[in-house]
Amino acid sequence: MLPPVFGVLFDGLAYGMLLFLLSVGQSVTLGMMNFINLAHCSFAMLGGYVTVVLMSSYGWPFFATLPCAFIAAALVSVGFERAFFRRLYRASDLDQVLLTIGIVFISVAVAAYIFGTEQRPLQLPAYLRSSLTFMGVRFAVYRLILIGLALLITLALVLGLDYTRFGARVRAAVDNERMARGLGIDVDRTFAITFALGSGLAGLGGALAIEIIGLDPSFALTYLVYVLIVVSVGGLGSISGSFAAAIVLGISDVAGKYYIPQLGAFLIYLVMIGLLMWRPLGLIGRR
Amino acid sequence: MKRLLLAGVLAFVPSLFAAAGGAEDTVKIGVILPYSGQFADTATQMDDGIKLYLKQHGDKLGGKNVELIRKDTGGIAPPVAKRLAQELVTRDNVDILAGFALTPNALAAADVSAEAKKFMVDMNAATAIVTTKSPYMVRVSFTVPQLNQTLGTWAEKHGLKKAYTMVTDYGPGIDAEAAFQKGFKEAGGDIVGSLRMAVQNPDFTAYVQRAKDLNPQGIFVMIPGGAQPGAFGKALAERGIDPRTIEVMGQMEIADEHALASMGDIALGIITAGHYDYNHHSKLNEEFVKAYNEDFKRNPDFFSVGGYDGMHLIDAALQKSGGKKDGESLVDAAKGLSWESPRGQISIDPQTRDVVQTVYIRKVEKVGGHLVNVEIAAVADVKDPYKAAMKQ
Repeated sequence: MLPPVFGVLFDGLAYGMLLFLLSVGQSVTLGMMNFINLAHCSFAMLGGYVTVVLMSSYGWPFFATLPCAFIAAALVSVGFERAFFRRLYRASDLDQVLLTIGIVFISVAVAAYIFGTEQRPLQLPAYLRSSLTFMGVRFAVYRLILIGLALLITLALVLGLDYTRFGARVRAAVDNERMARGLGIDVDRTFAITFALGSGLAGLGGALAIEIIGLDPSFALTYLVYVLIVVSVGGLGSISGSFAAAIVLGISDVAGKYYIPQLGAFLIYLVMIGLLMWRPLGLIGRR
Repeated sequence: MKRLLLAGVLAFVPSLFAAAGGAEDTVKIGVILPYSGQFADTATQMDDGIKLYLKQHGDKLGGKNVELIRKDTGGIAPPVAKRLAQELVTRDNVDILAGFALTPNALAAADVSAEAKKFMVDMNAATAIVTTKSPYMVRVSFTVPQLNQTLGTWAEKHGLKKAYTMVTDYGPGIDAEAAFQKGFKEAGGDIVGSLRMAVQNPDFTAYVQRAKDLNPQGIFVMIPGGAQPGAFGKALAERGIDPRTIEVMGQMEIADEHALASMGDIALGIITAGHYDYNHHSKLNEEFVKAYNEDFKRNPDFFSVGGYDGMHLIDAALQKSGGKKDGESLVDAAKGLSWESPRGQISIDPQTRDVVQTVYIRKVEKVGGHLVNVEIAAVADVKDPYKAAMKQ
């Protein structure tokens, strides 16, 4: 028999991976492109609604809806990027914040108008809701899947951005846009694709998260705080930093609630403050 | 410029006369609800209840035309609620303040009602003391102790001897904890442990594990409605708690329609105390649910009934007061009123101006392939026990 601490560690890890999946897209747009996109969770919410509607109205299986959530969020975000965001890439932080928070409020109202203000539940098949017992500790199947997917996405992104030509273009375009243009890199297109990638990941994260955290129009605002915490603690521009931060925050949150419930939800902020005082640039910050 | 001003003034004059002429036949109601933000769905349901009552009664209350002025607090915002109430009273000259989904907002607006002597109808805010803040306030919804103390007593009498309580660390949660424990202990039960949980809490596994470690015979839970009940149910399943073997009980939100849809079969066996569910069997309720579905394409919940009964109260009070709209006349008329609501027979306690009603104990069961709350017991004519205890 394993002691309960393993159960707590597992739940913390899974919760961390949930946070990571929600915020990895943000660490692409904010971290790589230096664009403060508070509307990140709006794209996550879009992904969530795509999954819920495809499942409840069209009877799609859960896993088949996930690519659609990614694609829908990516496509919509490209529209926004071309129309609004690209004009503000070099604007001040405040301008970016004002534009994107405005989009958040609009998205909340639009979602309430189209989908109603109520919770939209996800009905997963029973095998995804079951759990495996290993040496006396229960491991929920869905959480195991979350952990696996988060590992896959991290690996793909780290390899993709560090070792491919596209990754090199993105980094070049962010570091020195004029030089990148001079070298013949299509910076506009690179940014549009990167932005779509970040938002697509948001859509995917949203679709995966709603089973645990639920979905209603306030989603776009409620989980924004957690996303920003993960990205800032992880360090801007670092996917693996976000990954590490998500693990630390997830485990400390769950362990805190288990061992010292009086501290409640405050512990995650304490950990954030502590980590940022220790490393102001984040765990693996580059800038 | 001068001519323009004059034209403007002239254009305004007839409407002034019209307003003055119609004032006697019109009752103005200011509705304060969180139409946007986290509690938007609560406001939607209450507002739809209000709309349905008006529609069914030819848009008249007590023989008068009705003018509703809706104001949005955007969530828990007592200063906003107070300002909106002041504006409604001083600028819009409303006769009645109504709505109030959330206790903090209701408490803030109650000051305005007390000072301006305006009739105030609390259609949801459920903390016991709310109605004591203004002598012109009447509540048609429920109080947290009314449901949870009743549940505590009932649970002990039906075999539960050792219970664990877990509540969200906010006003209604703490109220519910105290009320359940009081009812349960007075009946002879034993509380083996209690836990207060964070308000913003997307994941319950750690808390549920903590409860499970103590291996209690039953768990009482109070969390806000919305996303949390679904998450709580899933945590129960993941941590291996089956409500059919370890009793899981709480106030009605943890097993409302959306929570049940989100939890699925995990929810089977959950016991709740509530004053209304759309499955309540009565002719009036069946008609109400049908009409509600026709207009709004969804089932009503206890918020809808709060809005609906709030309108009924105003209607009946206006009739009884002979059309007088001042706070004094309306609150006097409201005291002792009794009528059949979709939830069953309810009345207004003349002493406390609070609702007296049947508390239903329900259990989640599968009926015809659907998860529903089936009434397994009913405790009739329950008054708010908190205010009863305050007097002693």
